[in-house]
Amino acid sequence: MEQYLSVKNINKFFGDFQALKNVSFNVKEGEFVCILGPSGCGKTTLLRVIAGLESQSEGLINQNNKDISLLPPDQRDFGIVFQSYALFPNLSVKNNIAFGLKTRKQNKEVIDKRVDELLKLVGLSDHIDKFSSQLSGGEQQRVALARALAPSPGLLLLDEPLSALDAKVRQHLRLEIKNLQRKLGVTTIMVTHDQEEALTMADRIILMNNGVIEQEGSPQDLYSKPKTAFSANFIGTTNLFKAKKISQNSLEINGSTLECNENIEDDLLTVTIRPEDIKISQNDNEKNIFKGTIKELEFLGSNIRGHIEVNFESEKANVICNFASEYILNNNIQNNSAVSISLQPRALKIVKT
Amino acid sequence: MKKSRDDYLTIFFISIIGIYIFIALAFPMYAILSKSVENKDGIFIGFENYQSYFSNPALVYSIYNSLFVSIITMVITITLAFIFAYALTKSRMAGKGIFRSIAMIPILVPSLLSGISLIYLFGKQGIFRELLMGYEIYGPIGIIIAEVFYTFPHALLIIITALSIGDARLYEAAKVLRSKPIRTFFTVTLPSAKYGVISAAFVVFTLVITDFGIPKVIGGQFNVLAVDVYKQVIGQQNFEMGAVVSVVLIFPALLAFVVDRIVQRKQVAILTSRSVVHEPNKNKNFDTIMFIYCSFISVFILTIIGMCLYASLVTFWPYNLTLSLTNYQFDLMDGGGWDSYYNSIRMACYTAFFGTIVVFAGAYFVEKSRSVKTGRTILHLLSMMPMAIPGLVLGLAYIFFFNHPDNPLNFLYGTMAILVICTITHFYTVSHLTALTSLKQIDNEFEHVSSSLKQPFYKTFFKVTVPISLPAIFEIGIYFFVNAMTTVSAVVFLYSSKTNLASVAVLNMDDAGDIAPAAAMGMMIFYTNAAVRIVYVLITKKILVRFQKWRTKTTS
Repeated sequence: MEQYLSVKNINKFFGDFQALKNVSFNVKEGEFVCILGPSGCGKTTLLRVIAGLESQSEGLINQNNKDISLLPPDQRDFGIVFQSYALFPNLSVKNNIAFGLKTRKQNKEVIDKRVDELLKLVGLSDHIDKFSSQLSGGEQQRVALARALAPSPGLLLLDEPLSALDAKVRQHLRLEIKNLQRKLGVTTIMVTHDQEEALTMADRIILMNNGVIEQEGSPQDLYSKPKTAFSANFIGTTNLFKAKKISQNSLEINGSTLECNENIEDDLLTVTIRPEDIKISQNDNEKNIFKGTIKELEFLGSNIRGHIEVNFESEKANVICNFASEYILNNNIQNNSAVSISLQPRALKIVKT
Repeated sequence: MKKSRDDYLTIFFISIIGIYIFIALAFPMYAILSKSVENKDGIFIGFENYQSYFSNPALVYSIYNSLFVSIITMVITITLAFIFAYALTKSRMAGKGIFRSIAMIPILVPSLLSGISLIYLFGKQGIFRELLMGYEIYGPIGIIIAEVFYTFPHALLIIITALSIGDARLYEAAKVLRSKPIRTFFTVTLPSAKYGVISAAFVVFTLVITDFGIPKVIGGQFNVLAVDVYKQVIGQQNFEMGAVVSVVLIFPALLAFVVDRIVQRKQVAILTSRSVVHEPNKNKNFDTIMFIYCSFISVFILTIIGMCLYASLVTFWPYNLTLSLTNYQFDLMDGGGWDSYYNSIRMACYTAFFGTIVVFAGAYFVEKSRSVKTGRTILHLLSMMPMAIPGLVLGLAYIFFFNHPDNPLNFLYGTMAILVICTITHFYTVSHLTALTSLKQIDNEFEHVSSSLKQPFYKTFFKVTVPISLPAIFEIGIYFFVNAMTTVSAVVFLYSSKTNLASVAVLNMDDAGDIAPAAAMGMMIFYTNAAVRIVYVLITKKILVRFQKWRTKTTS
C-alpha cells in the first residue's frame, strides 16, 4: 500500500522546551494510527503540527505526495474532531454539519442530501434540528465526527475524541468510530492517552514519551514485544526487574538465578513479565520456581490480581500476578497463603531501560 | 509557515485597528509629553517647566491634597462596598435586587452631580448644614462624601464578582471541619476575595485622583491635581503647565494601573471552571443586620439623587419652593441649552455604535486570531493603556495633537467626531476587557475547526462568534452610552459651540451660579441613562432569550 502521510524529522521547540524530538513516521492510505502516550509526551503537539495549527521548528510533512510542511491549515486536506467537540452552540446539528459544505457554492439540495447521508451514517437522523446543548456527550461527539467528515477529507484527525465521555459510552463509540473508519476507508490519526482505546481501535500504535517515539507497531506487537521498560509499563500492567547477566541464557534477580529464552547481551539489564504469564506452580521441578506469600488480592471480576511477596535469594520483591477468579476461590487461596509461582523462561522479556 | 488569505485579512484588520489606536491614543500622548518639555514657542527646554512647577508651593500642595482625598475615599468606599457586597452575596436578606439596583444609580449620573446635591444638603443654604457642626462642606469633606457616592458602585461590582467566585466546596469543607464562621471568613472568604478587593481599591483610587468634576464643584479653595490641569488650561491658557500637571497626574494613575494588572493576573489562577457556586444559609440575626446596613447605604444614595431631583423641580431655592419645570428651560441659560442635551444623545449613540464595533473587533483579533503574534500583543497593550490615562489628560493631549496646524487630521478639531473618538478611547479598556472575557469563554477550537473546514474566519466570526457574544456586545454598547452621557473630563477641552454637551453644560451652569438648572440637566442625564438601562434589561430578558434558544438545556 501507498504511504499516504509521511512525517520526517520533526522538531518542535517552545522556548527552551523541546516538545518533539526528531519524530518520523509514515501512515498508509486507509490506515488507523493511534498516537499514544502520557500527558505532556508531545502527542497533541504532533497532531497539531500535522494539522498546521502549530508550526514545526524543523522537519517535513508530506501528504498524498505533496509537501504540506509550510501550508496553513486551511490549505491542507484534513477534518478534525477535538476533545471538546467544538460544536457551534448557536447552530443546529444540520448547520454544524453543513458548515464546511457551503463555500463551494454547492446548491441547497446537494448540501441537504450530504447532511442527511452523514446523519444516517452516525445514526442521528432524528436530531437534525437540535442544538448541541440538547444532545448527550456521545451524540455531540458523533455530530462533530459528521461535521469533520462532511467535506470528505483525505485525512481524519481525532484529538482525544472519547476522553470526555462516560466509560460505557466510550466503549460503545470506540467500536462505532472504528467501524465507520473501516467503512469509509479514511486515513485516520487519533491521539489518546488511554492504552485500552489505542489497543482496541488502532491498526498501528505510535507510542510516545518525552517528545520521542518509543516504539511503533501493531497493538499485539506492542503488548507482547515491548522494546523498552516504558512501553512494557505503559501498555498493560507488568512487572519490571533489574537483572545481571550470568550467561547467554541465564540471569540473576536479587541473588536468584533465572533462565531466559532470549539472548542476553548486556551485563546489566531490565526484564519484564506480564502478570498473566505468571502461574501458580504445583510442580517444584519446573524452571524458575519461587516461593512467596500472598499480600493482597484485588477482585477484578473474572480475574483476581494478586500482590505476592516473592522470596528471592537475597531480597524479597513484590510481584503482580493475574489469576482466574475461579482458581483462587476453588483452591481457597487467601491473604498470607504461601504459594509457589513460576516465572517461565519464555515469558521473561528483556527491555531497554 | 506560508500565509493564507485569512492571515492577510487578519493582518489588514489588525493594522487598521492598530493605526486607529495609535492616532487616538499613542500620538496624542506623545504630543502631551513633548509639550511638557517645550516653552510657549514650541522650543525644547528640557525640564524647565517641571522645575517651575515644583518650585510653586501652591501647585505642589495639590499633590498632597489629591493623594489625601484619594486615599481616604479609597478606604471608606472599599469598607462600605465590601460589607454591601458581602450582604448581597453571603446573606439571605430580602430585597437584594432592589439594593443592588439602587447601588448602581451613581454610575448613571455625572460625578459632579453628587457635588451639587451636597451643596443643596449641606451648603450655605443647605437643609442639613447644622449636621456639619460648623465645618464647611466646600473642601475635603464635601469632596470625599461625593467621591464615595461616585465610586461606590464601581468598587461594589468588582467586590461582588470577587466574593461570588468563592467556591462552595471550600465552604462545605470548612463546615464539615467545624470551623467557626469568623474563621471561615478569614480562611475562605477573604483569601478568595483578596485580589478583587485590592483591584477595587486601585480602581477607586484612580477614579478619585483623576476626577475633576467633584472638586471643581464642591472643592472650594481646596486644590487638587485634576482641577489644576483645568485651571491652567481654561483659566490661564498656560498649556505647557497644563501638560506638566497632566504628566504628574498620570504617575499615580499609572502606578495604580500597573499594580492592579499584576494583582489581576494572580486572580485568574484561583478561578477554576470547576468551582461550585456558594449558596448562603439563612441566619436571621446576620440577615437583619445586613438588611439594616444596606438600607442605610441605600438611603444615603437615594438622598443624594433625590435632593437633586427636588432641587431641579423647586422654582427658586430656598425662597420659592413651589414645584415647577422652570429649571428645565435650558434654552434660557448659558451652557448650550437643550441642544447640548441632544448633542449628548447623539454623541452617546455614535460612541456606543462605533465604540462597540472597534472594541469587539479589536478584542476578537487579540484573542482569536492565530497569526501576527507581535501585532496582537501590541494591540492588547495599547488597549490596556487608556485605563491608566485620566480623561482630562487625554482631552488635553487631543488638543495638542489634533489642533496642531500641521496635522492632516486637524479638520476633526471642534467636530462631533473628535468627541466620539476621545470618548471611545477614554472608556476603551473596560470594554476591551468585557469583550475579552466573553471571547475567552468561547472554545478556541472553533477557529481551528473552521479553517479545517476551509471556511474564512469572518464567516465563523459573523455566524458563530458574534451571535454567541451578543450579551457582551450589548453590555459594551450600554457601557459606552452611559459613560458618554456622563463624562465631563475627557470632553471638557474638546467641545465647541456647536457640539456642547449636557454633562459639560452641568459644569458650566454650575460655574455660572445656575445651580438649579445644572441639577436639572444632571437629572436629564440620569433619566436618559436609567431609561436606556431599563430598555436594555427588557431587551436582554425578552428578545435575546428568543434569539438565543440554543442556550436552553431542555430537550424537546
